[in-house]
Amino acid sequence: MKFKKTEETFFRWLMILSTSVIVAGLLLIISSIIYKGLPALSWEMLSQTPKGGFYFGKEGGILNAIIGSLYLSVGATFLALLIGLPVALYMNIFLKKHNRIVNIIRFFLDLSWGIPSIVYGAFGFTMMIYFGLQSSLLAGMITVSLFIIPIMIRAMDEVLKTVPIGLMEASFSLGSTKSETAFKVFLKQCFTGLVTAILLSFGRAIGDAASVLFTTGYTDNIPQSLGEPTATLPLAIFFQLSSPIPEVKARAYASALVLTVIILIISISARLLSKRYNKHKIKF
Amino acid sequence: MNGTPKIIIRNLNVSIGKQQILRNINVQVPENKITVLLGPSGCGKTTLLKTLNRLTDLYEDVNLKGSIIIDNEDILNTNSDITMLRKKMGLLSQRPYPLPMSIFDNVAYGLRISGIRKKKILQEKVRHYLEQASLWDEVFDRLKDPASKLSIGQQQRLCLARGLAVDPEIILADEPTSALDPISSQAIEEKFMELKQNYTIVVVTHILRQARRIADHVVFMYLGDVIEQGPAAEIFSNPKMDRTKQYFKGAFN
Repeated sequence: MKFKKTEETFFRWLMILSTSVIVAGLLLIISSIIYKGLPALSWEMLSQTPKGGFYFGKEGGILNAIIGSLYLSVGATFLALLIGLPVALYMNIFLKKHNRIVNIIRFFLDLSWGIPSIVYGAFGFTMMIYFGLQSSLLAGMITVSLFIIPIMIRAMDEVLKTVPIGLMEASFSLGSTKSETAFKVFLKQCFTGLVTAILLSFGRAIGDAASVLFTTGYTDNIPQSLGEPTATLPLAIFFQLSSPIPEVKARAYASALVLTVIILIISISARLLSKRYNKHKIKF
Repeated sequence: MNGTPKIIIRNLNVSIGKQQILRNINVQVPENKITVLLGPSGCGKTTLLKTLNRLTDLYEDVNLKGSIIIDNEDILNTNSDITMLRKKMGLLSQRPYPLPMSIFDNVAYGLRISGIRKKKILQEKVRHYLEQASLWDEVFDRLKDPASKLSIGQQQRLCLARGLAVDPEIILADEPTSALDPISSQAIEEKFMELKQNYTIVVVTHILRQARRIADHVVFMYLGDVIEQGPAAEIFSNPKMDRTKQYFKGAFN
């Protein structure tokens, strides 16, 4: 009896410890971004394009990277949604009775989730050469969407999996087809979870540097069309951080702060928005 | 057999993987009567019920042999649309599964997917079916509320209303009162007694007293076999098989 209690206490403290390590690490990252980035942040930085490039430029701002990143990740998330949502619905409704096939699909999606994004970048780059394209916003969008599609599908899949088969039976016995069940019942039931899945993919899209390194290219200008090269925040941070000039280095933290705040704003607003649609969800 | 048969099941064998769930089932379900599938847990009652509207299609490795004839059509070997077939049968499951939408939309759902769009007709019909399920008086002032806000008993009646709204001929009920309190259970049973004038009702239950209260026709099942079937009065007063006698005595559940 005594042993059991000790065991219980031991594991409880172990869990508390590991949770604290994670939370502390996160707080440390955020506070160092704020501490180092806030002094370097200025209105000029948010509202102007760079003067003299990211690498050496102490003047100007990162407006092109902010806008470029938003364009890129919104576009990529949208492309991924167009493919990801139908696949996730197909796996969970149309393939409901073929569990084995679905599990094989899940396995491959998990595998592609594990592929480093630089590989997607290299793949995108190879494709661009094959088709004779230059680095551009469109090429970046496609590459990034390839890289977030598995993430989005699996996140959506995990949500759709939780719908009980009884709800599906109820929908079918009312005479709905599989597509009606998918779009009228499952989407409503899982709306919040699906929004979270989209957000998760968006977060990956906006924060990734490696996949856009070759495909999106780099420029000091705000992109005017899909065919132009585009600057992104992660790459801006990368260049600024590797600069030998201390002022430019400080600007990297400011850029990181901007990136963090963008993700924060989008997460919070999407959550607030999806909450309004959550009231009809059936709790099982 | 009493009355004309609505559903005729012939030599039905159901297996899931290597496990045989139902063996050589021959059952006739009389029209506009309450047929009770009675038997202990795990005897295949629910599987038999789900076979009737082919919900078994949703499960992996289910193998069906034999035939089920409804309105001169063998639904196990048919080319016609399963969606239309399912529409003919309302389903009440063990626990209510309201759709993730408002009370009104739950009932209107089936109407809308069959093409009814006019608001006025929808309102009339929703009211009519909610009244049929004796739910109108409790919800008429909050039709826009989420269905999940209702109590379990109310949700089950909502599911009944929703099922009736697609104008089925048959009602399939899988232990419809098992999650309900006694009063809601009674309400459902009374509803069935009323509805049987217009619908053929098949109820799965393992509650003997419930079967005695509502059944016109009884099918007693045990471990995948139909042991005995016939008019309720006959079976309850004079069971012929030993298994049935034992079950009625309460030897097993």
